[in-house]
Amino acid sequence: MTEPADSTQQTFRQGAAAVWPICLGYFTIGLALGVLAQQAGLPWWAVAMMSLLVFAGSAQFICVAMLAAGASIPAIILTTFVVNLRHTLMSSALAVHLSGVSRRFLSLFAYGITDESFAVNMTRFRDGNWDRRRALIVNQLANAVWVLATITGTLIGQFVPQGAFGIDYALTGMFICLLVFQLQGRIYILTGLLAAAISVGWYLLIPGDSYIVGASICAATLGYFLKVRYRRNK
Amino acid sequence: MIFSDYLFLFAGMGLVTYLPRALPLLYLAHKQLPQWLVDWLSLIPVAILSALLAPSLFADSTTRNFDIGKPELLVAIPTLIFALKTRSLGGTVLVGMLLYWLTGLYN
Repeated sequence: MTEPADSTQQTFRQGAAAVWPICLGYFTIGLALGVLAQQAGLPWWAVAMMSLLVFAGSAQFICVAMLAAGASIPAIILTTFVVNLRHTLMSSALAVHLSGVSRRFLSLFAYGITDESFAVNMTRFRDGNWDRRRALIVNQLANAVWVLATITGTLIGQFVPQGAFGIDYALTGMFICLLVFQLQGRIYILTGLLAAAISVGWYLLIPGDSYIVGASICAATLGYFLKVRYRRNK
Repeated sequence: MIFSDYLFLFAGMGLVTYLPRALPLLYLAHKQLPQWLVDWLSLIPVAILSALLAPSLFADSTTRNFDIGKPELLVAIPTLIFALKTRSLGGTVLVGMLLYWLTGLYN
């Protein structure tokens, strides 16, 4: 992989410029998670440990809810596995842009793959002028903010009123814009619409979280075949 | 729960989160991927984001029923327009939060 020859400082600045909106979102969501964890009786050091070892927003929310409901440890671990299976798809898609990179780097990089860092890095890779070091900075800064925000949430939990400042919408707002970044042509818009329709139907009919992976694979496959047909007809 | 319970739980959660993130990357980054797979994978981001987002806008999360009148959906429309016009991630997050907060105040 060719890398632009520029200073470490510049690399860091460009990575930080790409990641700050994620950090803003993670800060509010992390705060909310910390507040919930504190209310569920988790000590701050347990939340810190969870954010460092797991680093997966939705799974951590589910974990807190399950702990509060008295679920067993194996049940929580199994649920986490199912919820985070979608990352296999993201990891595969990122491999296209990280081909030939050392396994040591990939092992470190994989730790920071989240829905948001994935979407930002994929957009930047596609637009060019992006490399693995900038992508890693995106992952690691997002992680640092996440850990700090969740700990802060447990410490100030009792002072934050519920639903304050639209905190609950931070993740949705982030997804909306990340989705817009991905709409680079008719086939992408079509795939997005298919995924929306399939995921809503799946969500209504089938309990659990299989709708994320299921709808993504169905929509991408349908989109792929539509693209192939469109190419042939041209 | 005591320290060792938490450590066991979070180490387990960490492992089952890390492996799906790492194994495809470690395996595929050192392979020559066929073109059809690259094409298919290029549609994965838009599909995942849409699948993560759509049910939260169009369905009630507690009853899992179809719901077209959620404030989340109402706020999503101007937020989407803002995102399309500005392509600013930070701005979109802030605008979405602000509008959602305002709808909460008037309900």
